[in-house]
Amino acid sequence: MTEPLLKVENLRQHFKISRNFTVKAVNGVSFEIYPGETYGLVGESGSGKTTIGRSIIRLYDPTDGEIIFNRDKISGELSDKIRRRLRKNMQMIFQDPMSSLNPRKKIGDIIGEGLDIHKLYSSQKERRNIIGEILKKVGLSPAHAERYPQQFSGGQRQRVGIARALVMNPKLIIADECISALDVSIQAQVVNLMKDIQSETKCAYLFIAHDLSMVKYISDRIGVLHKGYLVETGTTQEIFTNPAHPYTQSLLSAVPQPNPAVEKNRKLISYDADKVSYENCTMRQISDSHFVSVPND
Amino acid sequence: MEKILSVKNLDITFRTNAGNIHAIRGVDFELPLGKTVALVGESGSGKSVTMKAVVGLLDSNAIINSGKIFYGDIDLLTLSKKDLRRTINGQQIAMVFQDPMTSLDPTMTIGEQIMEGMFLHKKISATDARQKAIELLKLVGIMEAEKRMKNYPHQLSGGMRQRVVIAIALSCAPKILICDEPTTALDVTVQARILNLIKEIQAEMNLSVIYITHDLGVVAKVADFVNVMYAGKIIERGTIEEIFYDPRHPYTWGLLSAMPDLETDDERLYSIPGSPPNLLHEPTGDAFAARNKFAMKIDEKAEPPMFKISETHYAATWLLHPDAPKIELPAELKSRLERARKAANYDGTTA
Repeated sequence: MTEPLLKVENLRQHFKISRNFTVKAVNGVSFEIYPGETYGLVGESGSGKTTIGRSIIRLYDPTDGEIIFNRDKISGELSDKIRRRLRKNMQMIFQDPMSSLNPRKKIGDIIGEGLDIHKLYSSQKERRNIIGEILKKVGLSPAHAERYPQQFSGGQRQRVGIARALVMNPKLIIADECISALDVSIQAQVVNLMKDIQSETKCAYLFIAHDLSMVKYISDRIGVLHKGYLVETGTTQEIFTNPAHPYTQSLLSAVPQPNPAVEKNRKLISYDADKVSYENCTMRQISDSHFVSVPND
Repeated sequence: MEKILSVKNLDITFRTNAGNIHAIRGVDFELPLGKTVALVGESGSGKSVTMKAVVGLLDSNAIINSGKIFYGDIDLLTLSKKDLRRTINGQQIAMVFQDPMTSLDPTMTIGEQIMEGMFLHKKISATDARQKAIELLKLVGIMEAEKRMKNYPHQLSGGMRQRVVIAIALSCAPKILICDEPTTALDVTVQARILNLIKEIQAEMNLSVIYITHDLGVVAKVADFVNVMYAGKIIERGTIEEIFYDPRHPYTWGLLSAMPDLETDDERLYSIPGSPPNLLHEPTGDAFAARNKFAMKIDEKAEPPMFKISETHYAATWLLHPDAPKIELPAELKSRLERARKAANYDGTTA
């Protein structure tokens, strides 16, 4: 098997709120992402999925654990060299395209900021060309570079967000709920665009979302999070046809389906989260790629 | 079927600094007694504005150009805001808002909030109101109701808060419940439970329910009839089966396929290009034409009327005109619809 692009080992992310209160957002999560694949991270609100994305790209300092990206160790202290490599090769698409673009900057400068910092062009003309190309790739036109974010609709802004990530030619893009703020008819456009880009540039995605039908559609492998623990991970096929963890089963039983006949006869599987303590669980292997968290007994 | 609410030819403009926005451009729909009707559309399609007109919560810059909203024999638009508040809102028509985080008052206990409406609308003693409030909390599935009465909203989870909001809406035994995106702020597992709860209560209290939502998964679960809105108009209406298994409007196709079903594999999603029109500029012809790959010349000139497909099924697209060319459904959508029909044993007419 090929070497993983990203290897997260026992990641913990705790936030100290006050002297005697710590939020344990992520508790010992391990997973791998291979080059060119899409790994979906799902879970309810508060399960830690966004935190994991932000810890990996080092918007937070992980409390414990090891993150290896592209053979660099990117947890702990970062040397300047590794930091630059990390920033170039890993990019993020944020949830809300209304608030993640600087309203005082032109689209061209928002997209070009990474190029400026990493000095990835030799002349202004080249910079313009790179930006124009990337705008075309995401379905906008090079002329849009002179405009400001507020002149665009939500879907177009998310395209800018994608262009901004893509211009660095990253190996991994973290997409944190990148379609949930968009209108339904726009969501399909953006997802199709992300798939096209992946087949063209072979970048990997960490696709963080709560919408399971979309995650299933876009992901190769999926990790299910609950209360800061990874309870199950496997290929999309394995998770959806053979969910092993009771939490995954209850989550899948609740996914709304656009088919009234199915919807009206559906049985919910309930899951009582208070009964289990994930602290005393270990991951057990079911198949080559399918792991589930089970209590130690 | 007896109608409990009917909206006729509603037309609303908003005056803004940028100009007049023609947000609702002639909306008709009906709510049969005891049934559930869904208004589906994207942001800006006018679904929330339509409902706000029903409960008299339109912003002050709204001008109602024409239209009637009948609740029984009363035209709600002729009532003053005061009368509407006194006699209709809460008692006859109640609303559940989108975000349970912001629709509760953080300075009042949930008990006080549930009883507030009862004191306002009914001559009821404090003990009776309290008793009723506890019953309601039990009805919406909140454990230890007596204890919860004294809780403040911040002490409850999102799902619990939405249950409280539903309890408040039910406090004066309304006939119609309007749910404005009741579960978009909630997780899927909680969403499923809340939708089931509303359904159970509907059966128990013989409520008529209107759902405003953009989520077709929710619609599939709850609705009997569906109205699809686009740019301030209803562009397709039908029974739930007609809309999900035999949709006729290209916009409905796009909405349906934007939500992959669990069998959608590597095939691309059928997507609608572009984005919804800005109603600051009145669209000429079919408002959807610019995004419609099946658009014809007439779409740019004239607005399509509602074409009748069956007694209950109508769609506003020139594709249904007898002279229109036969079009082939996009392959991804076709296989999708076939799967859905098969799963449902639906044997209606094929598209």
